[in-house]
Amino acid sequence: MDVHEYQAKRLLNEYGAPIADGIAVYSVKQAEELLQKLHGPFYVVKSQIHAGGRGKGKFKELNSNAGGGVRLAYSVDEVVAHVKEMLGCTLVTKQTGCSGKKVSLIYIESGAKIQRELYLSLIVDRSSCRVTFIVSTEGGMDIEVIAEKRPDKIITLSVDPDKGVTPVDTRSLVDALALDGLAREDGLMLFPRLYNAFLEKDMSLLEINPLIVMDNGHLRVLDAKISFDDNALFRHPDIVALRDISEENAKEIEASKHGLAYVALDGNIGCMVNGAGLAMATMDIIQLYGAEPANFLDVGGGASQDQVNAAFKIIVEDPNVKGILINIFGGIMRCDVIAEGVISAIREVGVKVPIVIRLEGTNLEKGKKILEDSHLNIISADDLDSAVEKIVASINGV
Amino acid sequence: MSILAHKNTRILVQGLTGKAGTFHTEQALAYYDTQVVGGVHPEKGGDSWISSDGRIVPVFASIAEAKQETGADASVIYVPPSGAAEAIIEAIRAEMSLIVCITEGIPVLDMVRVKALLEKSHSRLIGPNCPGILTPGECKIGIMPGSIFRNGSVGIVSRSGTLTYEAVFQTTHEGFGQTTAVGIGGDPIKGTEFTDILELFLADEETDSIIMIGEIGGCSEEDGAQFLIDEAKRGKKKPVVGFVAGYTAPLGRTMGHAGAIVSDGKGNAVDKMAAMEAAGIHLSPSPAKIGKTLAHILRG
Repeated sequence: MDVHEYQAKRLLNEYGAPIADGIAVYSVKQAEELLQKLHGPFYVVKSQIHAGGRGKGKFKELNSNAGGGVRLAYSVDEVVAHVKEMLGCTLVTKQTGCSGKKVSLIYIESGAKIQRELYLSLIVDRSSCRVTFIVSTEGGMDIEVIAEKRPDKIITLSVDPDKGVTPVDTRSLVDALALDGLAREDGLMLFPRLYNAFLEKDMSLLEINPLIVMDNGHLRVLDAKISFDDNALFRHPDIVALRDISEENAKEIEASKHGLAYVALDGNIGCMVNGAGLAMATMDIIQLYGAEPANFLDVGGGASQDQVNAAFKIIVEDPNVKGILINIFGGIMRCDVIAEGVISAIREVGVKVPIVIRLEGTNLEKGKKILEDSHLNIISADDLDSAVEKIVASINGV
Repeated sequence: MSILAHKNTRILVQGLTGKAGTFHTEQALAYYDTQVVGGVHPEKGGDSWISSDGRIVPVFASIAEAKQETGADASVIYVPPSGAAEAIIEAIRAEMSLIVCITEGIPVLDMVRVKALLEKSHSRLIGPNCPGILTPGECKIGIMPGSIFRNGSVGIVSRSGTLTYEAVFQTTHEGFGQTTAVGIGGDPIKGTEFTDILELFLADEETDSIIMIGEIGGCSEEDGAQFLIDEAKRGKKKPVVGFVAGYTAPLGRTMGHAGAIVSDGKGNAVDKMAAMEAAGIHLSPSPAKIGKTLAHILRG
């Protein structure tokens, strides 16, 4: 689960991370009322969407000379003018896709003079199986860009889960970032706290880019991104409360309610598969045959009746779907039981597009007979390759 | 021989009294009398669990007690995600030599703690978020469907459950059969990686060939491929067929399995396939052709 920048900063501030004064506003009126709380001397006006690259992003509704999604302002009037212009518009960044994201929330912060821009993130590293700091003196650009341009400037440090962040760890981090004076003291205090926040709140990513050294010598979190581990949300009601569902895909939310793993894609072949690996492999083969999947959908290893029904509903509600491919490997569930489940779901949901189904496993012949006897518009296929071939042919009207 | 699970493996079930534990324990008992010797439940110690066909399995309050009373050497976990890490830790502390965790959805930071403990222990953990282990005709630990297996010569290791079943089904169909199938699981941090299982299959005399099924995310396929290159230099080599799922998955999206994600261009299918090919692994173009690819190599 992702949160907005302002939520991430407020959470880090609870752990003692230095941030600027800021206000989150949903309207121009709110901005006018709350602006007096900020100290200036200048202001940063930031669109709050769950996507990176906001500064260089463009608003769809504004002309191309207009500013991006993050703007500087030197007076209260200027702030208000920016808020008026940005609110309600659609921001397109390199991470939003071409449809962009609507800006309905803006965060306004007091600005600061920047001496240095640094990069710091915490991740769960799969190789060391440990929480790992990634730091660089080359902050302000994406870590992928740093990795390409200055790979020597990226330093990683894995934390021993038994010991936590030791004083030796902290010193090597401030050294790696070449911090001195006040900034060094700030870093020594801040870095173990970031690790504690990461652990206590079950984060999967904490990225501060940039972490800045201000002209007064202190550190400040200028931008922050946090993702939380979905599997740990059950123990963090405070984090769940930060969820902004308007930022998420409605179908994906609906799917997760039924225990289905669903990812919306751009193609026109709806897929229903049991098992994540087989579902990915099915997408791969569809593209091998020159078509595009409309979704990834793992209906679960058992493919229960409730899940099959829910999956059909989600798939047929997608207007792009011109045909459906069902690929189920009946393991412990028998093919005849699955076939009955699929037929009852088709009747209940009322599917109008062609359906190709490939079943495999125990009682296969019985399952096929049930599908044939249903007199529904279902095409049976013997293996995955021929199933894909048949669905691609049927949407192309061959 | 086979690997990890055998006729004489004695198994405890953590989470036996729950719905999944009950269902799959009945299936295991029905599979060539797999030896399920006890269940564990902190509040139900002293009770008995009785299957629908009348088999009785004693329930103990702790793993340590159950191990002492039954001489069990393996444990399978069906505990829900919120308590699964503690269940693994209890099994590690009781020095179970084999722990198989089926549970999907364990918080990744719980697994960071588990992994640190595991590295200092003598236990081997398979999973979590996996279908378990099955040795045909001998022993079933976990949720794999026994009916598709046949005793034979192929060792199968996979990150994905249903793709494991595809490989099992196809190798049965081609007449090869299997020595053992191991699902190592779809989570980003797991007890056992490809390398560990490949090592066991290379050493197993009955395993003549290996199927390795990977997916996007992480670098355990690359590590496994490098391991095979190193072993081949030492003269240990068996024919290996490979498959990698997720060639067309969008960047930065988690594809069902928590560990199936391509982030910052790392963990993509193209790199994995290249590494596997460089190690002499024969890649199957489709999950439907895994068995045929193997047959082509072995029979020409």
